[in-house]
Amino acid sequence: MKMKKVSLELGSGGKLMRDFIDQHIIKSFPNPILGELADSALLPNQMAFTTDSYVVDPIFFPGGDIGTLCVNGTVNDLVVAGAKPEFISLSIILEEGLLWEDLEKILKSISSSARNAGVTIATGDTKVVRRGQGDKIFINTSGLGTLIVRPNLKNIQVGDKIIVTGTLGEHSLAVMLARGEFGLEAQTKSDCAPLNYLLSFWKKGVRWMRDITRGGLASVLSELAENLPYSVVIQEENVPVSRAVKGATDLLGIDPLYLACEGRAVLVVPAKSASRIVAGLKKDTLGRNAAVIGQVEDKVGKPGELLLRTISGGLRLLEPLTSELLPRIC
Amino acid sequence: MKELRDKQVIRGLLSEIERKARVLQEPAKIMEVCGTHTMTIHKFGLRKLLEEAGVEMLSGPGCPVCITPNEIHQAAIELVTERDNYILTTFGDMTRVPTQQGSLQTVVPASGSTVKIVYSPTESLEIAKQNPQKEVVFFGVGFETTIPAIILTAQTALTEKVSNYSVLSALWIIPPPLRAILEAKDTEIQGFLYPGHVSAIIGEEPYRFIADEFGIPGCITGFEPSDILLAISSILDQITEGKARIANEYSRVVRPSGNIKAQALMKDICDTRDAHWRGLGLIPQSGLKLKDEYSTIDAEVKYGLDIVGGSGDLPGCRCGDVLKGKISPPECSFFGNKCHPDSPYGPCMVSFEGACLAYYKYEWQ
Amino acid sequence: MCLGIPAKIVQIDDSQVGKVDYLGTKIKTNFSLLENVKKGDWVIIHAGFAISKLDEKEAQETLEILREFAPTLEGLE
Repeated sequence: MKMKKVSLELGSGGKLMRDFIDQHIIKSFPNPILGELADSALLPNQMAFTTDSYVVDPIFFPGGDIGTLCVNGTVNDLVVAGAKPEFISLSIILEEGLLWEDLEKILKSISSSARNAGVTIATGDTKVVRRGQGDKIFINTSGLGTLIVRPNLKNIQVGDKIIVTGTLGEHSLAVMLARGEFGLEAQTKSDCAPLNYLLSFWKKGVRWMRDITRGGLASVLSELAENLPYSVVIQEENVPVSRAVKGATDLLGIDPLYLACEGRAVLVVPAKSASRIVAGLKKDTLGRNAAVIGQVEDKVGKPGELLLRTISGGLRLLEPLTSELLPRIC
Repeated sequence: MKELRDKQVIRGLLSEIERKARVLQEPAKIMEVCGTHTMTIHKFGLRKLLEEAGVEMLSGPGCPVCITPNEIHQAAIELVTERDNYILTTFGDMTRVPTQQGSLQTVVPASGSTVKIVYSPTESLEIAKQNPQKEVVFFGVGFETTIPAIILTAQTALTEKVSNYSVLSALWIIPPPLRAILEAKDTEIQGFLYPGHVSAIIGEEPYRFIADEFGIPGCITGFEPSDILLAISSILDQITEGKARIANEYSRVVRPSGNIKAQALMKDICDTRDAHWRGLGLIPQSGLKLKDEYSTIDAEVKYGLDIVGGSGDLPGCRCGDVLKGKISPPECSFFGNKCHPDSPYGPCMVSFEGACLAYYKYEWQ
Repeated sequence: MCLGIPAKIVQIDDSQVGKVDYLGTKIKTNFSLLENVKKGDWVIIHAGFAISKLDEKEAQETLEILREFAPTLEGLE
């Protein structure tokens, strides 16, 4: 009999991973805090706590590197959970033979990213594994933040608007380019950035936020829709996509709605404040392409469905990424 | 060329189609042969609009991922899971096809082995050059559109003596299954939308028998909404006039004689063979294989793979009837339950261009 | 699977390998399946190969047919 083994698919962020979390992680560690499965755990005393590991390949890409990623990714998980990021831990696993020069560059990135995001690297650890037992550098960061709001899905109402804070997919494309894949050449940079500027919008009525990472906008919103008694409908023509991403995705026959970002978020806001919030987001360079792309509905589709209104007016069902043999992008 | 997607143009074409279809007693049944056409028709919501105009669109056998027999997918999976230090490269869609062992995305490769998605066969050859210590197998699937790219790369590998490169081929040609569908005699198809990019290679002649022997109209067309509607309009004219021909609405890309250089290449490097199409069964002379002088880069020969195609049809699966245009996807009792995008049972639910997956995604209501 | 994108040749060398441009994104392309193509020509690319050259005169004719359905449309993009 064959022994069951872990496949790459488990880490793809798709259905298999969700099943793994439900059936193994939650069952092994039953407690109300983990059970929430939010981007950050909500602790007593208004604290939020999150952790993430970074294994991006290659470690340098246009617009960032594994150092910027490991700070911003963790910072963003706190921001979208309604917390102001304060402290970060840094755990580094190095492969024997990594160039000193590269390590120093990464540490510099970590330092400037932390300053930029207003967080303190409070504790850390370094391990080295033999050549071939790792791949250059893997990083784990955990983050602690102070809750400024407790977002609740139950506050979402029919008619609420869906906003994205910028163009989609530049991070995925930048990593693809850095890897020299598919013979592509495009002018693009990763959107990797800290989302602290979104914190002030919690006070302006934002009901829910999520950063758009693995699985892209479609996966984030289908997970949202699954947890609502309504459907979510987005308009294809309003989804902001840069010319470079449009070019590359058309050429490769892939869908930008499933590409990862590292500095974009999706917001659910009351209809009456939507235009004011978009105008506010646009004042920050990170939010200059913010747009209302859809709304929460009760008359189109079935509860729990995420639908795309296509350019010609048809409706298409969007499902979460089921599995993708994706290279390591974060 | 914004006219190709302009709403006013689309509306104008649709009302012309409605006018032409009204003359006929019943809705015209037109098969779009190509999976990429299937996608375009769904994506732009044309299926419903055409239905209202009196034209019923049927999806044809034009998705190479779907019609490649299970046995070949299994052979690819076995290569990478049972042999150390193999790199299996292929197009993205191929990695999602489920078999009893799982798909290329879900299986765990053997030690040192891996699956890599490529955009072009030339990337596979590059990978082989960069990894001389590994065996690189390109799982090359395609119709006439893709075959020249696959075999030209194979030929280059042979010339450049890249001895660790080979091709696991699943090469299919389009006209024979169209003949098979028409010879079955139980078809109601009144016209064919011929695939644009297959035709860019083969030209107009290979479809001639459809007009001459079977009297069925057809039109070669491109992939924009207006292309498709112009072609349907031409097919309706042919039906009304009772004069079947091979019209070509995609003349900006498709020359009447096709791509002669690519045709010569296929003749030089490949032989035709009888081949099994998943859902359609054995079709005479419908597949290509590398000629004997290329056996060193033919993965089937090189690794002694014993691929017996043909048992592929799954009990209860009606993909064959879908591909022949006999039923539409929801008429299959498995559609949406036993056979779902998350866990496809039949081949047409596998690929984004498969008739059932396209239908599920766009017309599920 | 039979996706083909119209793109412009921006580089082509003697071995018939080069690049095409589509919306500012460039991709490596092999031109060996075509005869007499040069920089500036528009081609259909598929799986890294140019499979057909776009015929401008034929494209114009198609556009003229389409414009009959939308008389208010302006000229070519």
